[in-house]
Amino acid sequence: MNGGQDLGGQMGFGPVRPEPDEPIFHADWEARMLALNVAAGAMGHWTIDEIRHAREAIPPADYLSLSYYEIWYEGLRTVLQRHGFATLAELDSGASAGSGTTPKRVLKGTDVPAVLRRGFPYEREAAAPARFKVGDKVRTIVMHPRHHTRLPRYARGKQGVVERVTGCHVFPDTGAHGAPETAQWLYTVVFAGPELWGRDADPNSSVSIEAWESYLEPA
Amino acid sequence: MSDHDHHHHHDHDHEHDNHFTPIEARVKALESLLVEKGYVDPAALDAIVETYETKVGPRNGARVVAKAWSDPAYAQRLKQDGTAAVAELGYGGRGGEHIVAVFNTPEEHNLIVCTLCSCYPWPVLGLPPVWYKSPPYRSKAVIDPRGTLADFGVTLPEGQRIRVWDSTAETRFIVVPQRPEGTEGWSEEELADIVTRDSMIGVGLPQAGARS
Repeated sequence: MNGGQDLGGQMGFGPVRPEPDEPIFHADWEARMLALNVAAGAMGHWTIDEIRHAREAIPPADYLSLSYYEIWYEGLRTVLQRHGFATLAELDSGASAGSGTTPKRVLKGTDVPAVLRRGFPYEREAAAPARFKVGDKVRTIVMHPRHHTRLPRYARGKQGVVERVTGCHVFPDTGAHGAPETAQWLYTVVFAGPELWGRDADPNSSVSIEAWESYLEPA
Repeated sequence: MSDHDHHHHHDHDHEHDNHFTPIEARVKALESLLVEKGYVDPAALDAIVETYETKVGPRNGARVVAKAWSDPAYAQRLKQDGTAAVAELGYGGRGGEHIVAVFNTPEEHNLIVCTLCSCYPWPVLGLPPVWYKSPPYRSKAVIDPRGTLADFGVTLPEGQRIRVWDSTAETRFIVVPQRPEGTEGWSEEELADIVTRDSMIGVGLPQAGARS
């Protein structure tokens, strides 16, 4: 969706402001929020794309004014309610009002190192050969879906070159909305700066995205 | 907000609690609820925080870069399969299941961004800094990469191309900067000392003089 998250090329935010000697967390609640997000996600009831979409669905004015861990808080609230783990009243009060969904699994403290080390790989066995090969000229499709997508607006309808065939990876656009998991070939596609940003762009710059096969057409 | 609070905006933030800000109170409520319902194990929360506070951080990536600078065969493996090469040093997993290392050359400089969220190679760089996740960087890096570097005080040599990698999938990128002059004969540990986090994102350049 064309939400507040799709920031590439927007203007007016001012310079990047690096913070010298930045701490890992700026407050204890940020550390707890990170951990809650990881631990609740490990129950296995939503995909990374579903919770990303929950964050993207925050109205843009709010999205842009929240800190990143506040965005995570809002996203986690959404999926916990959607999957029946908590009601709005419970989230606001912090007290359980009864039972909720039974989790598939609960991440135990002793399992944390192994689970984090293993991660959640997204590559899958390919059902068909890749449509494109390295060096192919491709054009990204134009679309403005109301659902989740990982094709940013600035790179829609643009011609680029396949630089790398990454593998067959879980497809986010449908997986974000509860559909059974599917996978597609994933490519690194590189675009010349002027193709994306016009004649005034730096000709010695280029930008690549990771594009799933259905985002691409031959050019 | 009740009427009597109108002249006491600062107090409003603490209306529900004596000493927590609203977001602190909300996250505390969330944790209490999920623990009470048996959905999260408090020991798991502590272990996750400890991991990213003390075990996983940019020192991991610095060791990868230092090894690539010291060992051409390792650099070649890193180029071909980043995930397998960082696993040789014991790194990998959540937030970096598929790692691609991109090498700076005299001809081309690399810069990493995630315009859509905050994708970042956790196993080798740890958690991203706030600026990496914030609108100024996410908006500007793709449309004005050299201006973005200028915000960090970095100017590339004339004629060096710049390549921006937008992390739109679960692939995570790490920049392997060029080894600075004046580091001949240094050990991997000595080299790792000058490999900054920023240089592995592409917003900084390692300096031989940075080692104390």
